[in-house]
Amino acid sequence: MKNALRLAVTAAIIAAAPMAAHAHRMWMLPSATVLSGNDPWLTVDAAVSNDLFYFEHQPMRLDGVKAIAPDGSEAKIENASTGRYRSTFDVHLTQSGTYKVVSAGDMLSGSYKVGTETKRWRGVQPEIPADATEVRVSQNQRRLEIFVTKGAPTTTVLAPTGKGLELLPVTHPNDLFAGEEASFKLQLDGKPAGDVEVEIVPGGIRYRDNLNEIKVKTAADGSFKVKWPEPGMYWIEAGVRGGPSSIPNAQRSASYITVLEVLKP
Amino acid sequence: MRKALPALALGSLAASPAVAADLNVTVEIPRLTVAEYHRPYTAIWLERPDQTAVGTFAVWYDVKLKNSEGEKWLKDIRQWWRRAGREMSFPVDGVTSPTRAPGRHTVSFNSAKGPLKGLPAGEYTLVVEAAREVGGRELIKVPVQWPPKAAKTTSAKGATELGAVTVVAKP
Repeated sequence: MKNALRLAVTAAIIAAAPMAAHAHRMWMLPSATVLSGNDPWLTVDAAVSNDLFYFEHQPMRLDGVKAIAPDGSEAKIENASTGRYRSTFDVHLTQSGTYKVVSAGDMLSGSYKVGTETKRWRGVQPEIPADATEVRVSQNQRRLEIFVTKGAPTTTVLAPTGKGLELLPVTHPNDLFAGEEASFKLQLDGKPAGDVEVEIVPGGIRYRDNLNEIKVKTAADGSFKVKWPEPGMYWIEAGVRGGPSSIPNAQRSASYITVLEVLKP
Repeated sequence: MRKALPALALGSLAASPAVAADLNVTVEIPRLTVAEYHRPYTAIWLERPDQTAVGTFAVWYDVKLKNSEGEKWLKDIRQWWRRAGREMSFPVDGVTSPTRAPGRHTVSFNSAKGPLKGLPAGEYTLVVEAAREVGGRELIKVPVQWPPKAAKTTSAKGATELGAVTVVAKP
């Protein structure tokens, strides 16, 4: 018990240290998710904050943010800027269909002892001297995605990569309406992620007393359903610890976040 | 109303007694006392009991803006956009036209073309949705039995962005 606790605490510290997202909430907020017209643009705010969706803590780093066009090609991130509290960027929606904007990362971190001294490291490759003892390696895979659609929804960009924790929309993510039920599937490395808790928090936290979060567990096939209580922007997060890692002897954690817009019927 | 009369007359002339039927829809756009008024974007469409769209009768929007900029706001007619609009390309001949001024506007449709052509007999709903720039949005539903066995008038009344919507179905 004590050992397990210590391990958990260590893991939490390691995971939290390099990435504020775990202590707070990371998000990307699209200017719109349903668009019409010949020449629409999307603007995205990206931040790490406590309250949703207010930029009041840290900007989200934009390195590695990608926009995927409906045909699967990469769309350009334009007018990117990072301020004190938030980052912002634009995507010119030149194609019809569903775009995905994704910020994903796969990082390693850990600690080891040389003699009596404890060392910590972080990177994409383990950096451990041969004489190290008490070696701990953590693999942290994270993925944050948002979806926007110009014209009719399409599904090319919804295909998972098969790495880490991912959401497979069964109901199209730009076809969500208050009072209706939406279905999703959670996958870990392309396989169903069952028995995982999914947290769903409606935006607008600053102006209410309760978080009003919805918690659901995925079924054995990774599926879960949400009946949207009201229109608005929702922050959805799921995370898993453990499970197989591509790095030997690493403790793996994987998280997935999306921000979905639920419209008024 | 006056403008609509020729269309009405034409509709009845074109009607061949055996299969043809007409649907005349009168939409009242209320006069609103607001600082900044824009004529509402309006869509008129027909849906089945499961809310899937049979087709779009009419869309009134800023068709004349340069670079088709008026289309940017079509999604604000949000229920229609979900049910039909997002699958369409604009403008659509015989369907899209400029926004209408406050007053009563009658538009006529018949079984010779558009959504009513070859429509299986059954219960349908005519939907009118209006969304106004810097204003509100309202949706009104009127039940329609098709084809009509006898002339029948059904109507519903809006509260904010739409006045009375009257549907006259005639065999």
